[in-house]
Amino acid sequence: MNGLASSDKRDVINICGVRKNYGSLCAVDGVDLAIAEGEIFGLIGHNGAGKSTLFKMLLGLVPLTAGTITVDSQPVHGELFRQVRRRLGYLPENVVFYDNLTGAETLTFFARLKGCSDGDRAALLERVGLAAAGHRRVREYSKGMRQRLGLAQALLGKPRLLFLDEPTTGLDPEGIREFYRILREQRDGGTTIILTSHILSEIQERVDRLAIMKSGRIEALGTVQSLRESMNLPLGFTLRLATGLDPAALASELQAQLAPLAIRVMPVAGQLQLDCPRDAKMAVMAALAPLTVAGHLIDIQVREPSLEDVFLGYSG
Amino acid sequence: MSLDFQFRQIGIIAGKEFRDRIRNRWVLAVAVVFAAFAFAIAYFGAAQQGSVGFRSIEITIASLVSLVIYLVPLIALILGFDAIVGERERGSLDLLLSMPLTRLELLLGKFLGLFLALACSTVIGFGLVGVLLAAKLPADALYHYAGFVFSAVLLGAAFLSLAVLVSVLAPDRGRASSAAIGLWFFFVLIFDLLLLGGLVVGAGDIGGGLGGQLFPYLLLLNPADIFRVANIFGVEDVRAMYGLATVFPEALAQPALLGAVMIGWIALPLAIAAWRFRQ
Repeated sequence: MNGLASSDKRDVINICGVRKNYGSLCAVDGVDLAIAEGEIFGLIGHNGAGKSTLFKMLLGLVPLTAGTITVDSQPVHGELFRQVRRRLGYLPENVVFYDNLTGAETLTFFARLKGCSDGDRAALLERVGLAAAGHRRVREYSKGMRQRLGLAQALLGKPRLLFLDEPTTGLDPEGIREFYRILREQRDGGTTIILTSHILSEIQERVDRLAIMKSGRIEALGTVQSLRESMNLPLGFTLRLATGLDPAALASELQAQLAPLAIRVMPVAGQLQLDCPRDAKMAVMAALAPLTVAGHLIDIQVREPSLEDVFLGYSG
Repeated sequence: MSLDFQFRQIGIIAGKEFRDRIRNRWVLAVAVVFAAFAFAIAYFGAAQQGSVGFRSIEITIASLVSLVIYLVPLIALILGFDAIVGERERGSLDLLLSMPLTRLELLLGKFLGLFLALACSTVIGFGLVGVLLAAKLPADALYHYAGFVFSAVLLGAAFLSLAVLVSVLAPDRGRASSAAIGLWFFFVLIFDLLLLGGLVVGAGDIGGGLGGQLFPYLLLLNPADIFRVANIFGVEDVRAMYGLATVFPEALAQPALLGAVMIGWIALPLAIAAWRFRQ
């Protein structure tokens, strides 16, 4: 698979022919990928698809069996990569901090390890909504608060690259929205963000590009829209009917009209639903026009395939 | 990359580990336990003979050697068995290693921080008793007592090093704790029994045969025995009391040599742990 970045910006991550074997198990199998500076990149796949292993290889935590990875122009091992690590932020999945430290002390500890000033820790705690809890021990934090502390830790030292593994686990809807607002700010400041998530509805409108992994390989790569189009998944139509109409009779009538397109119309809960190929959309709209003029339809909703549909289409 | 920078990373990890043990009063609690036992043994050690009170530094050290051999290895193993495997189970190991920190720096930082905590407890606990006895002791006795405390610190470091090795090799905390307890049983209880059994079976060889020649060297395979020998051979009266002088050549019982072997016992498990942790 040719995974060159679609953007003309500089690539900050280059993955070339990367493979990782654990004994006879091939966790990552010949991955090629480039991620451009300032991109929000999503990595999705079933459990065991190889996302976490690829993530760990990008961070230099797991040695490669074959291939090369460069992050910010440096191979992911050796002394030079130590300098790159100062510019990385990482939030692991289900991170557990030290219960005996306060939130502020946790940031100080990681800031010292990272070699950056902890002077901005108050601002970071404020930014993630933990200003009032910074002096409390982490053992008193809820799961959502720990996750927010994890994000603050990842943002220490104004990183140029952010690696976020299932970053919204434990956050409430307001927290998730605020989390993505922070990510957009970081992206606008030039930070490259790579994230994984199982909540596809959450990331489909928020990533610039994504890769779908299956059995250690990248099955699909591109923007959400380009993946939808390449899968040629059908559009979903929901037709709300005027009161007093018989949905079954209208469904039969419409079915007959759309017969040449092999589209099936189904009455569901007093409405009509149909799926149509993307290239038949205008023909369907034309067939619906007389019903609209006659006052039979009071609303038409057209639904694009979701990222979940795309994901299931690729991952089987 | 300069060596100073790497030492800085080791220092940050060590500082956190040490402060954690100060903050949760681990150092204080262990120091109190050491001091209480040491004082009780120093003061009441001769109660079976119908008298109480401090008798001599030789008798006191002889009594404390047994206490230290049981207590210090156990505390060191408990302190260090989850140093690495605990981070791995919590999920914080990957986060630590994503920092500008090598695995060796993390391992050495953990060891150093835990060692400082154990050394503080040992020096404070036994040192306190030394201070209490100071008024009754001549200078050379105090020197022997200081040597005893120093060797107890080395003994703790050796078992802490073994504990860190266990924490690298074990797949989870449960198995790490089992392995740590197993090591304690082996080195503190079983090893000497096996040696004694071997000596009894090869009774004819004691003194001149192969078994007799091997015996002193076999004792060096156990840091607890090295500690015992170092302290027994340091004081004439105690040596006679233990009776080990008959089987242990005096040339092998030099404090410098025993200290070097003990340092080997600290360095070797740590080196194996560092090698394995890099895999």
